[in-house]
Amino acid sequence: MTFQRKSLATRHAVVPYLEGGEGEPLVFLHGAGGLTAEDPVLALLARSHRVFAPYLPGYGETEDVIALRDMLDYTLHSWDVVGGLGLKAPILVGHSMGGMIAAEMAAVAPNDVSRLVLVAPAGLWRDETPIPDMFSLMPYEMPGYLFHDPEAGARLMTAGLKMDDPKFLQDYLVRNARQMGMAGKLLFPIPDRGLSQRLYRITARTVIVWGMSDRLIPPVYGRAFRDAIAGARLVEIEQAGHMVTLEKPAAIAEAVMSLA
Amino acid sequence: MKFTWFNLMPWPYLPDDFRQKHRSVWVDIDQRLFDPVRSHAVYNTYMDLLEYADTLGFDGIGVNEHHQNGYGIMPSPNIIAAGLARRTKNAALVVLGNSIALYNPPVRVAEEFAMLDCISGGRLVAGFPVGTSMDTNYCYGQIPALTREKYAEAHDLIIRAWTERDPFAFNGRYNKLRHVNIWPRPIQQPHPPIHIPGGGSVETYDFCIDNTYSYSYLSFSGYIRAKALMQGYWDRVAARNAPDASPYRAGFAQTICVAETDAEAERLYAEHVHYFYNRCLHVYPGFADAPGYRTIKTIQTGALSQYAPPRGGYAELSWKDLTEGGHVIAGSPETVRQRMEELIKGLNVGHIFCLMHVGNMPADKCMYSSKLFAEKVMPRLRGLLPECDGDGRFWCHPLQARATPGTLPQPYAPRLSQPA
Repeated sequence: MTFQRKSLATRHAVVPYLEGGEGEPLVFLHGAGGLTAEDPVLALLARSHRVFAPYLPGYGETEDVIALRDMLDYTLHSWDVVGGLGLKAPILVGHSMGGMIAAEMAAVAPNDVSRLVLVAPAGLWRDETPIPDMFSLMPYEMPGYLFHDPEAGARLMTAGLKMDDPKFLQDYLVRNARQMGMAGKLLFPIPDRGLSQRLYRITARTVIVWGMSDRLIPPVYGRAFRDAIAGARLVEIEQAGHMVTLEKPAAIAEAVMSLA
Repeated sequence: MKFTWFNLMPWPYLPDDFRQKHRSVWVDIDQRLFDPVRSHAVYNTYMDLLEYADTLGFDGIGVNEHHQNGYGIMPSPNIIAAGLARRTKNAALVVLGNSIALYNPPVRVAEEFAMLDCISGGRLVAGFPVGTSMDTNYCYGQIPALTREKYAEAHDLIIRAWTERDPFAFNGRYNKLRHVNIWPRPIQQPHPPIHIPGGGSVETYDFCIDNTYSYSYLSFSGYIRAKALMQGYWDRVAARNAPDASPYRAGFAQTICVAETDAEAERLYAEHVHYFYNRCLHVYPGFADAPGYRTIKTIQTGALSQYAPPRGGYAELSWKDLTEGGHVIAGSPETVRQRMEELIKGLNVGHIFCLMHVGNMPADKCMYSSKLFAEKVMPRLRGLLPECDGDGRFWCHPLQARATPGTLPQPYAPRLSQPA
């Protein structure tokens, strides 16, 4: 499966996106770590869907957009993107920060989402189970939080990276600042922008997918999402961490199919 | 030249194994290492030293703002400055500064700085740092990518509050205020001089140049390593067609230790310098630079945060490393004079923030070093920038006639009327 990189323009931004596959339209919203055309979850979803995966500002080699500052801005921006793609009531699939945005989209416009798949979404906070401060983690600390198997995860994260090359390092720092700078608008310092008081508005049929080894947003949050969204089903995946998209991508495809 | 005696106010009782046992001196420093009872004497000694510097003839005495920080127990510099305003006579009060994005609403800074200016008789030099990532983002929760916009708005609000004479409405993105009308307002007109501490951001260079503010580089790594950064600033001054390149457009912080001889300096001060550089600066690198805090343009210049770990990892720095590398200017008055001259000419700076109290240095040694600097070094550096001595744009203008604190008259005594 090959994905084409295309782009569309909203009022605020030029938005690159990946498009591929055949079937019912599905919009995939990536997490704070970004997205590549080689992402296995995209390929699996594209077997049965027309997949559109837009990049948030700051991701996909774009500049951050200063005019987009808060949760409402990014929620409406993402609706602008769906509109720009010419889609009506698509399936929304969002991972982590993308799941938070997808949940917000479904809460502000409940009639415009046909089905909703939230993969380890951010957006809630429990004092008794605080989420680690991902913004102060050093790169070498990340795999331990993101993967069921941190060693294999570390290999995935660093494959092809030339951290000894100063030019590469510079580009890496710039990309990280762009991406995580944008993510900070929704997630820093605590990834809670009031979603809990809006989740009741979601009427789309919803599946929540959670890796049982998620040490970034622990599985207790999956149950909290399930309890807050009427009729939502929770699928808990063994031997997967926060990056369930990389460790068990088939589970996400199955969750989407379960809503068909 | 303007010499400001500066005290970061380090906690002097960090344990010997601090670096081994603790991950950071800042943000999540172990609460149990602070002893409030001991801090009573520490604070009072530090304030005494600042007051002592006034009697030695330093042009200014300096304080700054840090939060949750083992080498700066001064989350509110204005509280310290208020005490100093009463107990000092001549020195400028250099508050370097208030992290204006952290005050809600920022008119609080306009008000408190106005109070300091009024109480001190116009001796305030105001500093507006963006704030470090540790303070601003990790301790005070500001969203990194929005910090600069919030800072810029706070700056505009404060300047308007200081300079407009009628109440106005301020419809900012971060501040909605119907009636801005500060009371009191500062003595100095149109407002106190402003210094902006920066760490190499191009945006901060431009902000200083465009507003005629002094750019201060508050580095701990000394004048030799500062060369490239300060040259970047002066190149920018030229490129932006500033009307002049007055050295008072810039300031630099330098750790300085003076003794009778070079050998005595090492004997007296090495342990305290070691305490500061090898214990106090132990910042967890994950806190150095929240993504989005520095602009892309700045990262592309290749400047790294001064709190980022040095290339090749962090090693214990010896007295020799620190003095030869210029982190610390130390030695006899003549050695210090020579190196200070190199600093002033090399960086073209008119303001020196003299870090004369270092780490866990006790008061008596600090006084000895400060007195030698004031008497044997400072006078010989004063003539270095004669052509710019009249440049008053970046320094305070105190009232000529100032009140003397503690001079109340006798209480009013009613005359007893004679019984009829």
